[in-house]
Amino acid sequence: MKEVLMPIAYPTKGSVGNTGLWRTLKPVINYEKCTKCFICWMYCPEAAILAEDKPVILYDFCKGCGICANECPVKAINMIKEV
Amino acid sequence: MPVMPLSGNHAAAYAAKLSRVEVVAAYPITPQTQIVEKLAEFIEKGELKAKFIRVESEHSAMAACIGAAAVGARAFTATSSQGLLYMSEMLWWAAGARLPIVMGIVTRALAPPWSIWSDHIDVLSQRDTGWIIAFAENAQEVLDLIIQGFKISENDRVLLPLIVAWDAFDVSHTIEPVDVPNQNVVDEFLPKRRKYRHTLDVENPFSYGNLAYPKDYMEFRYSIYDSMLRAKDVIEQCAAEYDRLTGRYSGGLIENYLCDDADIVAIAMGSISGDLKVVVDKLRKQGVKVGFCRIRYFRPFPSEALAKCIEDAKTILVFDRDISFGSEGALCLEVRATVNREGLDKRVYGIIYGIGGREVRQKDLENIIVKAYKEELNHPRKLLWLNLKHV
Repeated sequence: MKEVLMPIAYPTKGSVGNTGLWRTLKPVINYEKCTKCFICWMYCPEAAILAEDKPVILYDFCKGCGICANECPVKAINMIKEV
Repeated sequence: MPVMPLSGNHAAAYAAKLSRVEVVAAYPITPQTQIVEKLAEFIEKGELKAKFIRVESEHSAMAACIGAAAVGARAFTATSSQGLLYMSEMLWWAAGARLPIVMGIVTRALAPPWSIWSDHIDVLSQRDTGWIIAFAENAQEVLDLIIQGFKISENDRVLLPLIVAWDAFDVSHTIEPVDVPNQNVVDEFLPKRRKYRHTLDVENPFSYGNLAYPKDYMEFRYSIYDSMLRAKDVIEQCAAEYDRLTGRYSGGLIENYLCDDADIVAIAMGSISGDLKVVVDKLRKQGVKVGFCRIRYFRPFPSEALAKCIEDAKTILVFDRDISFGSEGALCLEVRATVNREGLDKRVYGIIYGIGGREVRQKDLENIIVKAYKEELNHPRKLLWLNLKHV
């Protein structure tokens, strides 16, 4: 081995597949209540919320942990049971 | 180069200062505390430009050093005994992430029963973490090995964290004259820490330590093994360069003290070495052909250098300040493995001494060597416990 093997990983989109399949509760944003503060975007541990003109949840990757709903200061995110 | 009266612990603090460490994260524990107290003092006085991170535990101390090293800072910490065991999980993370960090360890026994005195079992329990492990004989060597330690650890063919260990009180609190090199000499030996391919960069984000499946994991372990072997050359090169700049050879894998024509060779690590050398000198004058081989680096284990050192000896006495319950001393096991691997024909005796700070006198060492010389020792199967009561 000429060089040291370093245990680092560069981020790639969806490298472990569609983790949205793991979800049992689905966060749904009520855009009438949403103030676009983007706290949900900041707290999402999976980077599954996009910061566009409003927060947009990527349901292919959202695991349904509910942190966004918990952090939302105006309670604009509801956790709805998946079918 | 000024000679200063320094304890082993203060010599360590001066070494870290001369190495221009940028981050110190530590939690106090006897007999280590003086090292980081002194470093905190240097930082307060403005003599050392570094960040001192006060943490809530040793586990966090190492985590902070890992973070610092990952972003490119030169990091230092120190601990002992129970603190080291509490830190242990993070030692694996530091080595596995291939981060250069230097840590001072003042060796101390483990509880229960509670003990603050020297014993090498704390360091040796971390044998397989992937850290390079050096044992210093005295305060001077504490200073020299820490400065060399950064250069070895930061070498891009090595990239492994490094422990310098020294005995509680015998070295840590004993004041000796220490030759402290000038800053410009150390700067020439140890330039500013460089960035590596795995130094974190916000412009090019990546993460450490992700899941590795069975098809990938083994190569990371092989890489650590491989780098450990390469470290042997780097250790010798650093000792030679340090010698060239400071005029003092104070490093290298082993110390060969009159082994070349010896029939009996004693092997040990740490502060007992001074006593063993005095005893060797005394017995040599009486015509006993005895030598002493000091293991300065326990990891990587210097098998080749040791084999050469004991080539002509018939009897080997291994002094261990540790016991692996159910077997024998950790150093003795290494020596037996070396003797076996190199196909040497020796009688190897294991001796357990100084556990939990038990006193050892030169007379005790002399008696054992003389017994070996007269072939009066029991079968090597019978492990000798020096100065053990009630047996």
